[in-house]
Amino acid sequence: MNNRTDTLSKIQHSLTRRNRAEARFRWYGRCAIFIGLLAVAVLFFDIISKGHGAFRATYINLDIHYDPELIGINNLADNEQLSAGNWQALSKTALRNKFPDVSGRQDKRRLNKLLSNGAGFDLKDHLLANPQLLGKKESVWVLADDDIDTYFKSWLDGDAYDARMTDKQVQWIAQLYQEDLITLKFNSNLFSRGDSREPEQAGIRGAVMGSFLTLIMTLMLSFPIGVSAAIYLEEFAPKNRWTDFIEVNINNLAAVPSIIFGLLGLAIFINFFHVPRSVPIVGGLVLTLMTLPTIIITSRAAIKSVPPSIREAALGMGASKYQMVLHHVLPLSLPGMLTGAIIGMAQALGETAPLLMIGMVAFIVDIPSGFSDPATVLPVQIFLWADSPERAFIEKTSAAIMVLLSFLIIMNTSAVWLRKRLERRW
Amino acid sequence: MQATNIFLLLIGIGLFGFYLVRGRSLAIANPLGGIRQLHSLPSYYGMHAALWCALPPLLILGFWLMFDEPVINSIVMNSLPSDLAPTNTSSYNLLLNRVANIANGILPREGQTIGLINAADNMAALKVTSRWSMTLLLLTVAMAGLTWSWYRVSADFRARPAVEKVMQNLLLACACLAIFTTIGIVFSVLFESVQFFRSVPIYDFVFGLEWSPQTAIREDQVGSSGSFGAIPLFVGTLLVSAVAMFIAVPIGLMSAIYLAEYASNGVRTYAKPALEVLAGIPTVVYGFFAALTVAPFLRDLGASFGLSISSESALAAGGVMGIMIIPFISSLADDVITAVPQSMRDGSLAMGATQSETIRKVVIPAALPGIVGGIMLAISRAIGETMIVVMAAGLAANLTANPLDSVTTVTVQIVTLLTGDQEFDSPKTLAAFALGLMLFTVTLLLNIFALHIVKKYREQYE
Repeated sequence: MNNRTDTLSKIQHSLTRRNRAEARFRWYGRCAIFIGLLAVAVLFFDIISKGHGAFRATYINLDIHYDPELIGINNLADNEQLSAGNWQALSKTALRNKFPDVSGRQDKRRLNKLLSNGAGFDLKDHLLANPQLLGKKESVWVLADDDIDTYFKSWLDGDAYDARMTDKQVQWIAQLYQEDLITLKFNSNLFSRGDSREPEQAGIRGAVMGSFLTLIMTLMLSFPIGVSAAIYLEEFAPKNRWTDFIEVNINNLAAVPSIIFGLLGLAIFINFFHVPRSVPIVGGLVLTLMTLPTIIITSRAAIKSVPPSIREAALGMGASKYQMVLHHVLPLSLPGMLTGAIIGMAQALGETAPLLMIGMVAFIVDIPSGFSDPATVLPVQIFLWADSPERAFIEKTSAAIMVLLSFLIIMNTSAVWLRKRLERRW
Repeated sequence: MQATNIFLLLIGIGLFGFYLVRGRSLAIANPLGGIRQLHSLPSYYGMHAALWCALPPLLILGFWLMFDEPVINSIVMNSLPSDLAPTNTSSYNLLLNRVANIANGILPREGQTIGLINAADNMAALKVTSRWSMTLLLLTVAMAGLTWSWYRVSADFRARPAVEKVMQNLLLACACLAIFTTIGIVFSVLFESVQFFRSVPIYDFVFGLEWSPQTAIREDQVGSSGSFGAIPLFVGTLLVSAVAMFIAVPIGLMSAIYLAEYASNGVRTYAKPALEVLAGIPTVVYGFFAALTVAPFLRDLGASFGLSISSESALAAGGVMGIMIIPFISSLADDVITAVPQSMRDGSLAMGATQSETIRKVVIPAALPGIVGGIMLAISRAIGETMIVVMAAGLAANLTANPLDSVTTVTVQIVTLLTGDQEFDSPKTLAAFALGLMLFTVTLLLNIFALHIVKKYREQYE
């Protein structure tokens, strides 16, 4: 009797302990998921809060007088005159007229520092587009310097960052603000220009074009080759050691660090075959080798999911093995292969390390227009900007990351959508 | 003619051959009583012609482009007068560049020695000759292919098997590209590494305790001989990877267990893709996050506790790398946990074990080989990860096991040694390939071993 209650109470006792352990274990699981999701949230919040400002830039309104004498030209069609013209004088004079009581060399220089040093060339382009303005006056929104931009944005947010500003500059900005002559406008430079050393003039157009060209090159090579390899391995390969060896190789290549592919590209394509550095062709070649395993593996899965009855029916009707594959298996597995290709391209779009090895890390201002123009790609641009010391580049970098992430999100969701839409259940 | 134009022309000839020969097969079939009298469908005759027209010239084009420049260069350089002839490799390359620039009109012809101008003219002439003779050869071969397939067409010519045989070989070649890539990797790193080990003994490299890859520009410079001891790099890499695994393994494993065993369907459908977002983010973004957000945060946090944490600490780089690897571990672990047969869980639950006891005592031990394989793949990934450490870890090779200190890794050194302009044959650049060889060997062994374990495990329950 006594013995039995003893055991029962022991069990009761241990049961509470065990249930507590159970609850604890569940909490560990919840915490792990929570930490993972928190990391996603913090990452996105951090990038967006740092980068949202870059989509707007500070502009200052000035009354520009397009005085031919001041610029030193008399004929807008003469290219020699145009390139020798003193375009900076336009904005500088306008600025001095705005603040006539500024004197002293140093103050004048500070005053000129309000504007981007590309402002004169913007005015030149504007004048060339509207030649009737020559000799006339116009009020124009002129791009401000990056330090002013950073200060003005932070000042509007109530937490002014004035480490790189002088007291006078702060006063001028306040005066301009009171007169409604300084404002934030949509930063079209970010999307229409190439790289620049000046943060306010730097844009991602060149990098986006470079990424686009590199990806086209990658897709043109890796999709046909990957699909062919998958078809061979699934439908034709005899079961022997050679085939096993190919499979082991593919699986291993999928796990080789991407930087090794960069070393391969440098040693083989650049030093051996003398493909020029920094061009989308060589970037595409390296990324092709890198994405091939992904594309082969997903394509094989897609081919495998086609039921054997389809193949048997085709063969039974007298089709040859090639006709069976080309007319039946390939069309049916194409949606799965396309999904795999998109995932592979998303991987290639985000890749940086191998491209550093093959010289796509150069400072390139021009926007590439062909496969053999020197180019850089979006992730490398992010890397370059992240390394730049100017504070304004932090904002730019985050904005470029936002653009890159939106491309990736679009690609991945379209892959998911494609799979849902076109997938056939047998 | 430009190579791309020739390429397009050959494709055009192929298409032309296709339609021409297909038409011929139809013309042959008509008097015999329709295409059923032919061995193959007319389009196979066309395909046969297209392959014969385009494939051999395309192969020749590839080889020609590969070898045309080196051959021309060596002819030009050998024809230089003896007073200009280069003495070593670097002056050879310099001179070659100069000749090529004169030939392309980048350098002015005025003021160059007559020998160089002659060589440049020679080079330009050879290039033109090479292009035209190549075009001529390719067109001849294409036409010969077309004629050959034109005469082959007959009612009993087995065109389909012939085409299929070529296709099969093309497919096989595509599949073998994976092998060529591996061979290419092995040779490119091995070849340069052997050159490196000629100037730095392999023992000093693998067991040396000091890494400072400075090489001298002049012979007599102070500190001219760099030291290439890779131990600090290996230790740094292991330290960063260890920090990463310390974060990724528990979180990844626990979230996989929770998602596989506890979570309701609703939670699973949303939480799983949300976690996998982490796997889709480019590493350069993580690098930016580590360098500009996590590292300053940790440094300030450390300062408020009176700890001095380097702003390029292994902790920041490793921590962010761990976050990146979470979804990698959780999806691999999820796969192996769901592969454990339900009957094993049922048996344990029927004996009165709680769910967590079942997981800890039955499911995990059963899935252990798969989980270990997954973790090993994750380690190989952490070792080879580049951008996060390039952006967030340091450059100085400190031999330390303190995660609050700044360390450097193998991949960081490969990137710093190889970006920018260097001479290609200095030990400094070759060292990068030796590091690449180490990295490739280690990750390859880890991968082969891990994939083997995972495969064995999968077979066990299938």
